[in-house]
Amino acid sequence: MNLPDAEALISEMADIIRPHLTADSVLVGMHTGGVWAAERLHPLLDPAMPHGSLDISFYRDDFGQRGLHDHIRPTHLPFEVEGRDILLVDDVLYTGRSVRAAMNALFDYGRPNRIRLAVLIDRLGDRQLPIAADYAGVGVHVPQGKHIHLVREEHGGLQLRLVDVA
Amino acid sequence: MKIHIRQGRMIDPASGLDRVGDICVAAGRIVAMGEMPADFQPNQTIDAEGLIVMPGLVDLAVRLREPGNEYRATLESEMLAACAGGVTSLACPPDTSPPLDETGLVEMLKFRARNLNRLHVYPLGALTQKLAGERLTEMAELYDAGCVGFSQADFPLVDTQVLMRSLEYAATFGFTIWLRPQDNWLARGGVAHDGLVSSRLGLPGIPSAAETVAVMTILLLMRETGARVHLCRLSTAEAIEMVRQAKAEGLPVSCDVSIQHLHLSEMDLGYFDPNLHLVPPLRSQRDRDAIVRGLADGTIDALCSDHTPVDDDAKQLPFGETEPGATGVELLLPLALKWAQVSGLPLASALACVTSRPAGILGKTCGRMVDGGLADLCILDPQAWWKVTPASLKSEGKNTPFSGYEVQGRVRYTLVSGQVVYQD
Amino acid sequence: MSENPQLNADGSLRHLLTIDGLPSSLLTRILDTAEGFVAVNDQEVRKVPLLRGKAIFNLFFEPSTRTRTTFEIAAKRLSADVINLNISASSQSKGETLLDTVDNLSAMQADMFVVRHAQSGAAHMIARHVAPHIHVINAGDGRHAHPTQGLLDMFTIRRYKGEFHNLCVAIVGDVLHSRVARSQIHALTTLGVPEVRVIAPRTLLPVGISQMGVQVFHDLAQGLKGVDVVIILRLQNERMRGARLPSPQEYFRYYGLTPQKLAHAKPDAIVMHPGPMNRGIEIDSAVADGQQSVILPQVTYGIAVRMAVMSMLAGN
Repeated sequence: MNLPDAEALISEMADIIRPHLTADSVLVGMHTGGVWAAERLHPLLDPAMPHGSLDISFYRDDFGQRGLHDHIRPTHLPFEVEGRDILLVDDVLYTGRSVRAAMNALFDYGRPNRIRLAVLIDRLGDRQLPIAADYAGVGVHVPQGKHIHLVREEHGGLQLRLVDVA
Repeated sequence: MKIHIRQGRMIDPASGLDRVGDICVAAGRIVAMGEMPADFQPNQTIDAEGLIVMPGLVDLAVRLREPGNEYRATLESEMLAACAGGVTSLACPPDTSPPLDETGLVEMLKFRARNLNRLHVYPLGALTQKLAGERLTEMAELYDAGCVGFSQADFPLVDTQVLMRSLEYAATFGFTIWLRPQDNWLARGGVAHDGLVSSRLGLPGIPSAAETVAVMTILLLMRETGARVHLCRLSTAEAIEMVRQAKAEGLPVSCDVSIQHLHLSEMDLGYFDPNLHLVPPLRSQRDRDAIVRGLADGTIDALCSDHTPVDDDAKQLPFGETEPGATGVELLLPLALKWAQVSGLPLASALACVTSRPAGILGKTCGRMVDGGLADLCILDPQAWWKVTPASLKSEGKNTPFSGYEVQGRVRYTLVSGQVVYQD
Repeated sequence: MSENPQLNADGSLRHLLTIDGLPSSLLTRILDTAEGFVAVNDQEVRKVPLLRGKAIFNLFFEPSTRTRTTFEIAAKRLSADVINLNISASSQSKGETLLDTVDNLSAMQADMFVVRHAQSGAAHMIARHVAPHIHVINAGDGRHAHPTQGLLDMFTIRRYKGEFHNLCVAIVGDVLHSRVARSQIHALTTLGVPEVRVIAPRTLLPVGISQMGVQVFHDLAQGLKGVDVVIILRLQNERMRGARLPSPQEYFRYYGLTPQKLAHAKPDAIVMHPGPMNRGIEIDSAVADGQQSVILPQVTYGIAVRMAVMSMLAGN
């Protein structure tokens, strides 16, 4: 299965998103792939736009089954969430559960005016919640038993990778 | 009742006898050792091939919990436990409720024990009334009622004047005073040996000095008064060394240790195991090593179980609030054997520590196996392994730090005065 | 009974009873997780839904408003239901045993017990007794351990000093009676602090303390020389006058942390205290309220650390 080039995908997305930005726009990346993607998008969209990172571990719905995830990174939102137009960024939209958790987390920081979702990969056909991306780099069908996600290589380049589900 | 014990390995530690042969018992006594007389007509034959036939054990500290603590254990349950442990004579401390400070109580205990028709019970009378450490009991009368010595059990005297007077008074009659040496001020509030483990676990400590100061005081007062003293449950290397020197000097002192202190140290406390809450506390590895050596070289006269049945409710508390003590009369023999094996000691020397040597402290002729003597016998399978579990113990008290241990040596028969009182 | 009673078979934390015996990786993971919870305190809604529907019982057999409150806040910020029970020694003596109490509360669907008790080993005993799905956090048992306090102190040190492997830490005061000091010593040595010192008169030091990996000092000025972190322990009222110490005045004169004494430590040394403080006895107000004091941040971080511990346990 051929995976698109992540860096090129991000530039394309930036061009599409840019016209929709407002004065109240802020960028929020979801750990970990979403944070990397947001870091790339940020200078392409507007270097002056506030941006932050969000860890959804405390809002996940699988705590009862899996417990607390390892490697929790602090959420860092250096701006008021209240009234903002949030551009939420993740690497892959799959079941929709992470986005659900992210929205709950954001609302605990304040009441945003609008949340839009940008993802590099829209994994088609496996959504479990009524959630859709406002901006998707590409829609793909991923075979069962496989998992697609963003990795950051040693020199800092971003790449999409297909792995077997552990 | 005539019993023929066939082809057992006969070991009598006191005489050094160790050979295979037959023993014949009639009218409560041993009537033949070696070969069965041609005219002996037994009612019962015990095949003792592969088994050891030895004198019944003499345990210097078994709490029978009567009177007063029947909810914990009864005379019946604990005497059965003793029989299962091969014990045929035991001394019981006076810390009953009420304490054994009156002749009536002692006579009642002896009467109840005799009626159960099992083993020989030798009570220790209270040294002071209600064990309160102030006024002496009527020692001479208690002696006549059957007390073999006088003791404060685990309520050591605080007042050294009372200690000195009681030694003087006992010396008048030649009674032996049994004392667990402890300076109550130094021991105050403590629940574990003041050492590395108590420091780590944050348990209030009892320093070794609590024992050594008391031993020194007692030894000095023995010189003053000429009294005979048996020191109970020594736990420190220093105290054992003091006894060694006192014996060399000729002071009439003897001492014992418990099976717990022979085998365990503070390191075994683990995560606050309440079964290891003992008095005196389990001390350091070095102290334990000194106990092992002292018992082997005869500085320590006897090994006892310090049998203390405690009910579960009193043990299911935070460590410091639990009642100290361990049940052990059924473990005395296997743990003596284990000690012999680990130390490479001759079997007979180890067995002497639980037979003839403690009998000597009681001033009794028990603990021996001789032709014409009382047939108090223990027949054991030295090879058999068994696991210490609450179910495997006859005692009502299931509290032992050895719970879960696999031990070797199982009593098959116990005979008291020629009667089989226990059979496995 | 020799296996570590606070760990599951897979090495994950089932109870938190003591820091003694926990691997350094686990301590680091707790501290890292706590970093995540510090951010929760910045939220508009200072709450996360992790422990929604869980019942946490604060079982305090020894009064302590402060510790109980921080556990209560931590549990509430995790959206758990918190039930506070202050059980005085007198009501215990009316008959119901400690384990009866625990059994009763377990029957009320408790998920976690936070236990404070005057006896060392009380939390271990409860942990041995409870059903497998119930977690126990030791909030202080006798002189034995106060692991969440030890962890929050490590969290504070890491926040201010970055790492552990180049630090010199001095603990000053009544180590003998202090569960906090024991937990700190285990945490510091486990996390690789190369030099841990205790400074106290001999009557306030436990036997064999040096075998716990610390250096012993009896002189405050000498002991503070070149240290990065000074931890002052609380001196209990009842211990100020007696056979261990003659008077609070003499104690303050020789072991109280004053600006002059603190000057022996490194200029950027931080000063910590588990609270509540006895000003003018173990610590001078000028130090307690001074630039180098991180005593109030300790309290704040305490909530994040307790949230981390509670959520890790509940998830295991």
